[in-house]
Amino acid sequence: MVKKFFERFYIGIILLFLYAPIIILIGLSFNKSKSRSKWGGFTFHWYKELFQNREIMNALYTTLIIAFLSALIATIIGTAAAIAMNSMRKTPRTILMGITNIPMLNADIVTGISLMLIFVALRYTLGFTSVLIAHITFNIPYVILSVMPKLRQLNPSTFEAALDLGATPVYAFFKVILPDIFPGVISGFFLAFTMSLDDFVITHFTKGPSINTLSTKIYTEVRKGIKPEMYALSTLLFVTVLLLLIIINRRGVTKKAPITKI
Amino acid sequence: MNVPLNVKNRLQQKRKKDHDRTLKIGKSNNIKLLSFPYIIWMAGFIIIPLFMILYYGLTNKNKHITLENITLISNPINQKALLLALELALISTVICLLLAYPLALILRKSHKRNNSFIVLIMILPMWMNFLLRTIAWQNILEKTGVLNNILSLLNLPTLNIINTPTAIVLGMVYNFLPFMVLPIYNVLVKIDKDVINAARDLGANGWQTFAKIILPLSIPGVISGITMVFVPALTTFVISTILGGSKIVLIGNVIEQQFRLGNWHTGSGLSLVLMVFILLSMAILSKYDKESEGSHIW
Amino acid sequence: MTDNKLINLINISKAYGETVVLDDLNLYIRENEFLTLLGPSGCGKTTTLRIIGGFETPDQGKVIFEGKDISKLAPNERQLNTVFQKYALFNHMTIAENIAFGLKIKKKSKNYINDKIKYALKLVNLEGFENRMPDSLSGGQQQRIAIARAIVNEPKVLLLDEPLGALDLKLRQDMQYELIRLKNELGITFIYVTHDQEEALTMSDTIVVMNQGYIQQVGTPEDIYNEPKNAFVADFIGDSNIIASTMVEDKVVNILGTNFPCVDTGFGKNKPVDIVIRPEDIDLVKPEEGIITGRVTSLIFKGVHYEMEVMANGHAWLVHSTDLFPVGDEVGIKVDPFDIQIMHKPTSEDEEAVELEE
Repeated sequence: MVKKFFERFYIGIILLFLYAPIIILIGLSFNKSKSRSKWGGFTFHWYKELFQNREIMNALYTTLIIAFLSALIATIIGTAAAIAMNSMRKTPRTILMGITNIPMLNADIVTGISLMLIFVALRYTLGFTSVLIAHITFNIPYVILSVMPKLRQLNPSTFEAALDLGATPVYAFFKVILPDIFPGVISGFFLAFTMSLDDFVITHFTKGPSINTLSTKIYTEVRKGIKPEMYALSTLLFVTVLLLLIIINRRGVTKKAPITKI
Repeated sequence: MNVPLNVKNRLQQKRKKDHDRTLKIGKSNNIKLLSFPYIIWMAGFIIIPLFMILYYGLTNKNKHITLENITLISNPINQKALLLALELALISTVICLLLAYPLALILRKSHKRNNSFIVLIMILPMWMNFLLRTIAWQNILEKTGVLNNILSLLNLPTLNIINTPTAIVLGMVYNFLPFMVLPIYNVLVKIDKDVINAARDLGANGWQTFAKIILPLSIPGVISGITMVFVPALTTFVISTILGGSKIVLIGNVIEQQFRLGNWHTGSGLSLVLMVFILLSMAILSKYDKESEGSHIW
Repeated sequence: MTDNKLINLINISKAYGETVVLDDLNLYIRENEFLTLLGPSGCGKTTTLRIIGGFETPDQGKVIFEGKDISKLAPNERQLNTVFQKYALFNHMTIAENIAFGLKIKKKSKNYINDKIKYALKLVNLEGFENRMPDSLSGGQQQRIAIARAIVNEPKVLLLDEPLGALDLKLRQDMQYELIRLKNELGITFIYVTHDQEEALTMSDTIVVMNQGYIQQVGTPEDIYNEPKNAFVADFIGDSNIIASTMVEDKVVNILGTNFPCVDTGFGKNKPVDIVIRPEDIDLVKPEEGIITGRVTSLIFKGVHYEMEVMANGHAWLVHSTDLFPVGDEVGIKVDPFDIQIMHKPTSEDEEAVELEE
C-alpha cells in the first residue's frame, strides 16, 4: 500500500513537472497585464486581439501549411521507402536504416546549418520552400520508424495470396498491405505533423528573412517580451489537440489511434 | 537407364528453381523501386549537406584548405563554451536517467491498455510551443516567480536559479525527459513477464531480479535514451538563451552566433568539432543496438 | 510414487474480475507423482499451476506444501521450480549463466556450480553448450535448457506449463520419452499442464481432467480412458460414441431403442444416462450376428486401422477396426458388456463438477 502510494506520488510529481509550464502559459493568456511577471486580473482580451493580429495569423497559417504539407509528403515518401526497405536484404536495409537515423540522432543545429549551406550553395533563396524541404527531410524518419514495425508484423503470405487470387500488385497493395499498415502510416503522419509544428532550430536556419513560423516569431520576441496574444493562441492550439485526443480516446479507437506505436 | 533419368530430373528441378528465383527477384525489384524517391531525397538533403559542412569547415573565405576553423575551438571562450555544454549535457542526461528509469518501471506495471495513454501524456506538452514552455520556466524560476512565492509562503529561503547553469540544466531536463522515458519504457514493456517470473522462481528476490534481469535487458533502451537526451542537450542554444541570460554561453550559442554574423566557415568548423561528439555517441548507440535498428527509439 | 501427500490444494478459488477461473478446487499431489492437469484452454489448468508456483495468489483457499501453508510465500521462497511455456530463458546470458542463475543466488561454490552445469547439460543431452547464447538454439534445445535451469536447483517439485506446446510433432514425441526418463532419473514430483490428451496419457501417473474451473475426473490414464465419469471426459479423451440412453435395470441399458447387456449396477430403473463406447470396442460382424444392424456410410484408411461410420438406429456409430467393410455394406454391431461405460447424466455443468469432486 505504501509502495503503491509512493508510485502514484512519483508519477504525480513528474506530471506536475511536465505540465506546470503549460498551466502557467494558459494562465498568462488570461492575464490583463501585458507584463509576464505581474497578474493584472482576468480577461479574454488577448483572445479577441489575437484574430486581429495580422503577423501572428500569418505565422500560424505558415506553420500549419508547412506542418500539413511536410507531414503529407514525408508520409508518402516514407511509407514507400519503408515498404521497399522491408523487402531488402539485411545489408542494404541496415545502410538505409542508418541514414534514416541520422536526422533523428544528429543535432538539430547541425541539420539546420547543413541544409542552409546546401540551399545557399544551390543559390536557392531561403523562404517557404526551403523550410518545407527541411521539414520533409526531418519528418521522413519518423514516418519510416512508425510504419516499419507494422510491416514486420505483416504476414508476407497475404500479399502473395492476393496475387494468387488474381489481384494485380498495385490492387493487392491497396487492398491488402495498406489496410494492415494503416495505423502505422497514420501515427507516422501525426508524429511528423507534431514534430514540424514544434520545430524551431531547423526552421531558424532555413527560413530566411521573408517568412516566420510561430516558433521563429516567438524567438524574435524573446528579448523584447512575448505578445500576450501568443499565449492565447498556443492555449487554443493545446486545448484543441487535447479535446481531439479525448474524443478519439472516448470512441475507443485508441488501439489504432495516432501515436500508439511511437 | 537410371542415370539419364536422374540427370533429366535434376535439370528440370534446376530449371524450375531458376524460374522461381527470377520471378522473385523481378517482383521484389519492383517493390525496391519504391525506395527511389527516399534515397534521392536523403542523399540530397542529408548526406550532401553534411559534406557541405565538411567543405566549409575545412576551407576559408578564399576557398583555401585550412584547419584554422577547427583549431578555433582551443580559443578560451569557445573551449569554455564546449566544456560547459559537455558538463551541463552530462548532468542533464544523468538526472533524466535517474528520473526516467523509476518512472518507466512504474508505468510498466500499470495496465497494458494504458499503453498509448502513457505515450500521449509524454508527448502532449509538445503541442504547446517548445520556446513558450521554456519561457514559462522563467516565470517559475524568477526572483519574484512562482517557485519563490511558494517557498516564501512556506517560510522557506528563496532560491536564485534564473540565469544560472542550474536553470539551464532544469530546462534541459524538462525538455528532454520524455526522450529518456519513452525508449526505456518501450524496452521494459517488451520484457516477457515469464522471464521475470522465471528469475523469481529460481530464487531471486525483487532486487536481484531487477539487478540481474530487468536492468541488463533494458540497456538498449537506456542507451537510446542517453543519446536522445545528450545530443540535443549538448547542442542547444535556445534553452541557454532563454534560461541562462546573456552571460552563459554554450557551444550551440557560439555556433549560432557565428552563422548570424555570417562567419560560415568558422561556424562550420566548430560544428565539425561538435559532430565528433555526436558521432561518438551514435557509435556507442549502434554498438548496443544492432538488432532493433533503432526501432525502440520511438 | 508414494502415498505421501506432498502438495494439498484446499478450497482454491480464483477470479479475474467477473470471470471465475477456479471455483473451490481441491486436489492433492503425491510425492514422486507425475501428475498432469489436462483440459481445453480456459479450463483453469495453467492458473492452478501458477498458484502452486506462486505467480498468482488464490482469492480463497490454501496451498499446503509438506504440511505448511505456503499460500502467502513469494515464488523465490518456494521449493518448486517451473519450466515456462515459452522457455523464458534469459537472452542476455549464456547457457551456463542461465543454468547457474539459481545456484549463484543461493551462493553455491564455483566448483559446485560448474559440476552442476555439466551434470545438467549431460542430463538433457546438450553437453558442450555452456557458452552458447539462448537465441542461437532451436526450440527443442531451448526447452531442454529451461528444464536444466530448473532442475539444478534440486526442487522437490517441477512445474511444467505446456513445455512442448511450441515444438513440432516428432520433437514433441521424443521429448515425451525424454521427460519420463528425466523424471525417473531425478525421482521428483512433476506437475504437468497440457491440452494434449495423448501427451497426458503417455506420460502421467495421474491425470486431472479440468473444464471451466472444475475438476471433472482424477485417475490413472487407464481409468480416464476406459471409465470416463462423464460425457465431457469421454469426449475430450480420444474418440468415442457418446449416446444418451436409458438404464432399464441393473445390467441392462437401452441404447437407441435396443436393449444391450452391460455390467453396471445401481443406477436405478428407467433412469436417463449417457453411455460411452470407444470406437475400437465395437465389433462389426455379419448382420445376423449383431445386436443391431446398420449400413457403412464412410470409410477412411488411418494406417493402423480403418475408421468407419455405421448408420444404425438413427445414429452414426464411429468404429475403428482392422477389418474392412466397404461403404454400402450391411453389418451387425456387437459390443461386449464391459465395453459399455455408463455415466450419470448431469443436469448442469456445475452439478456435474461438484458431484465429481466428492
